[in-house]
Amino acid sequence: MDRPTNQKAWFLVLPVLLLVAFSAIIPLMTVVNYSVQDTFGNNEFFWAGTAWFEEMLHSQRFHEALARNLIFSAIILAIQIPLGIVVALSMPRKGIGVSICLVLMALPLLIPWNVVGTIWQVFGRVDIGLLGHTLEAIGIDYNYVRDPLDAWFTIILMDVWHWTSLVALLCYAGLVSIPEAYYQAARIDGASRWAVFRYIQLPKMNRVLLIAVLLRFMDSFMIYTEPFVVTGGGPGNSTTFLSIDLVKMAVGQFDLGPAAAMSIIYFLIVLLLSWIFYTVMTNYERGGQ
Amino acid sequence: MNTGATKSIDINGPAGTRAATAAKAHGFIAPPKMRKPLHLGWLVMTLYLIFLLLPIYWLVNMSFKTNVEITNTFSLWPNDPTLRNYTVIFTDPSWYNGYINSITYVVMNTVISIAVALPAAYAFSRYRFLGDKHLFFWLLTNRMAPPAVFALPFFQLYSAFGLIDTHIAVALAHCLFNVPLAVWILEGFMSGVPREIDETAYIDGYSFPRFFVKIFMPLIASGIGVTAFFCFMFSWVELLLARTLTTTAAKPIAAIMTRTVSASGLDWGVLAAAGVLTIIPGALVIWFVRNYIAKGFALGRV
Amino acid sequence: MNFAWMAWTLPTAIFFTTIFLILVGMGVWEYVSPGGAPRVGILRFETTRGDRLFVSLLGSAFICLAWLGLVGPNLWWALGLSLAYAVIVFRWV
Repeated sequence: MDRPTNQKAWFLVLPVLLLVAFSAIIPLMTVVNYSVQDTFGNNEFFWAGTAWFEEMLHSQRFHEALARNLIFSAIILAIQIPLGIVVALSMPRKGIGVSICLVLMALPLLIPWNVVGTIWQVFGRVDIGLLGHTLEAIGIDYNYVRDPLDAWFTIILMDVWHWTSLVALLCYAGLVSIPEAYYQAARIDGASRWAVFRYIQLPKMNRVLLIAVLLRFMDSFMIYTEPFVVTGGGPGNSTTFLSIDLVKMAVGQFDLGPAAAMSIIYFLIVLLLSWIFYTVMTNYERGGQ
Repeated sequence: MNTGATKSIDINGPAGTRAATAAKAHGFIAPPKMRKPLHLGWLVMTLYLIFLLLPIYWLVNMSFKTNVEITNTFSLWPNDPTLRNYTVIFTDPSWYNGYINSITYVVMNTVISIAVALPAAYAFSRYRFLGDKHLFFWLLTNRMAPPAVFALPFFQLYSAFGLIDTHIAVALAHCLFNVPLAVWILEGFMSGVPREIDETAYIDGYSFPRFFVKIFMPLIASGIGVTAFFCFMFSWVELLLARTLTTTAAKPIAAIMTRTVSASGLDWGVLAAAGVLTIIPGALVIWFVRNYIAKGFALGRV
Repeated sequence: MNFAWMAWTLPTAIFFTTIFLILVGMGVWEYVSPGGAPRVGILRFETTRGDRLFVSLLGSAFICLAWLGLVGPNLWWALGLSLAYAVIVFRWV
C-alpha cells in the first residue's frame, strides 16, 4: 500500500515484458488472424469473417467437449480439495516423518505428464496392471478401453493421484503458519477438535485454499497429456476434453480456422474465470489485513 | 566513507538474523507442538502414501521383469530380476540423448526465467507504477492459458526464426508459464524483506546492481531456490509444447518414450525402465529442497 | 525472416491497433490526470480505471460472442451494445 511511485520501475519489468510478448502476444495475434480466415496450406488465406465463430458456437462437438471439461473440473475439485485438507491435517508433527511425507507426497508432481499417463495406462490394464487385474479378480467388470465410465473412473483416479498432493502441500503450508498461541488459547477454552478446525485452521487456510482452487481448476481445465496417453480421448469421444479436441482439430485435421476460433473462445472462458478468482483473492487479502 | 562501510555491515548483520528469526517464527522449520494431527491421522497418511506409491512401485516392478514375464505371468515382484531394460537405454544414444536434451532445456529455461523474473519481481514488490496491477494480472493469465492454444502458432513462430528443433526454442516456449510463476513466487518472498534494508543501502552509496547482487539476493536465497524448483518442475513435466517444437536433435526423453514404443511393438520392460529413469531427477530435486517445500507451495506469502 | 505465416488482414490489423491505441490512451490519461484511489462500485469490489477498461473489453468480447451465437452475424449492433456496456461500466462499476 505504501510503496513509493516510481515510473522507472518499468525498466525493471521490461525484460519480462519483451520475453512474454514474444511468446504470448505474437502467437495470440496469429490465432486471431487465423480465426477469421480459411486456408488450404501454403500460407494462402481467404477471408472468412466470423463464420468459424458461428460454427463453433453452434457446434455440438464443442459444446460436448466444454461440458465434459466443466464436469471433469467440478469432480476434480470436489474430490481433491477435501481430500487435500484431510491429508494436510494428518501430517505428522515433527521429526524425520515430516520430511519423508513431504518428499513422497511431492513425488507424483515431478513425473513428466505423459509418464503419469503411461503409469496409469499400465496400472489399469486388465492383463498386466495391478489395478485392472485386482478389480477383475474380485469380480468387477472393468475395462477402461471399452467402457466410458471405466475410462472416466481411471482418469479421475489418475488426476487425484497426480495432484491431490499439491492441495495437501498448500494446506500444510497454511497450517504451519498458525502461531502456537492460537492453539494454547483454544486449549484453555476447552475447544473441541472440530472448533479448532472451523475457527482457527480453516480461516488460516483460506488464502492457500483459494490458490489451490485456482490452480487446480485451471490445470484441470487445460488437461491434455495425461488423458490423451491413457485413453486417446476415447472410447468414442467420451474423454475428449477441450485441449484434446483442439489439438485434434489443429494438428490432426489441419483445420486452422475453426481451431483458432475455438482457441479464442476457450481462452476467453479461461480469462474470465481466472479474473473472477483473482479479484476474489485480492479483495479477500485486502479485507483480511 | 568509513562510517558508510561500517554501517552497511551493521545492516547486513541484523537483517540476516532477522530473516532467520522470521523464518523460525513462520514455523516451517519447526512445526508448532500444539498442532495435533487428526485422530487416526497416521492411518489416513499411511493409506494415502500407499495409494501414491503403488502405481510407481508397479512401474519399478515391471522395469526389472522380462517382457515374457510381464505378459505371461502376474506377479507382485520380479521372479527373475533382469537389468536388460536398463542396459538397452544406457547403450542406445537415441535413448540417453533424450535425457540430455530434456535436462538441457530445463536448465536453460530455469536460468532464463529466474534471470528476467528477479528484476521484475523487485519492481512489483517495491514500487507503484503505471499499470502495475494489470501487468501482474496479465502475466498470471499466461500461466492460466492452455498450452494447446499456443502449440500451433508456436510452431509457426519458431519456424520463422529458424529455431525449430533447438533446445533454446523449448526453453523459451516454457517461459510462457514459468516466467509468470517465477515473478509471482519471487514477489512474495521479496515482499517479506523490509524496505528499510534497500533504503539504508542506497544511503550508504550502493548502486542498484551492486545492492541487488551483494545484499538483496543473499537475503532471498531460499526464495530463489524455491523458484528454481518450481521452474524445473513445470518445465520437466511439460510435453505438449516440447514435443511440438522438436523433431530429432532436441527431442525430450518423454517424447522418445512414446515414439519408440509404437515403433518396436510394445516393449513394456524398456518403457517401464525409461519411465523410472524420468522419475529419478525429480526425486533428487525434491530431496534437496524438502525443507523449503511447504514454504514454497505457499508461494512465499502465507 | 518471413512473417507471411501470421496471415495479417486489414480488419484484424485495425482491431489490434485500436486495442493498442486504447491502452496508450488510458496510460496517457492516467499519467496526465490520475484516476485516484480505487472505488467500490455496484459490483461491490474495488476497481481502478484500468480494471474498468478490462471489465469493458472482456465483457464486450462475450457480448459479441453471445450476439454471434444467439442473433446473427451482423456484429455492428453488438459493437454498439458493447460501447453502451463500456459506458455503464466506467460510470457505475
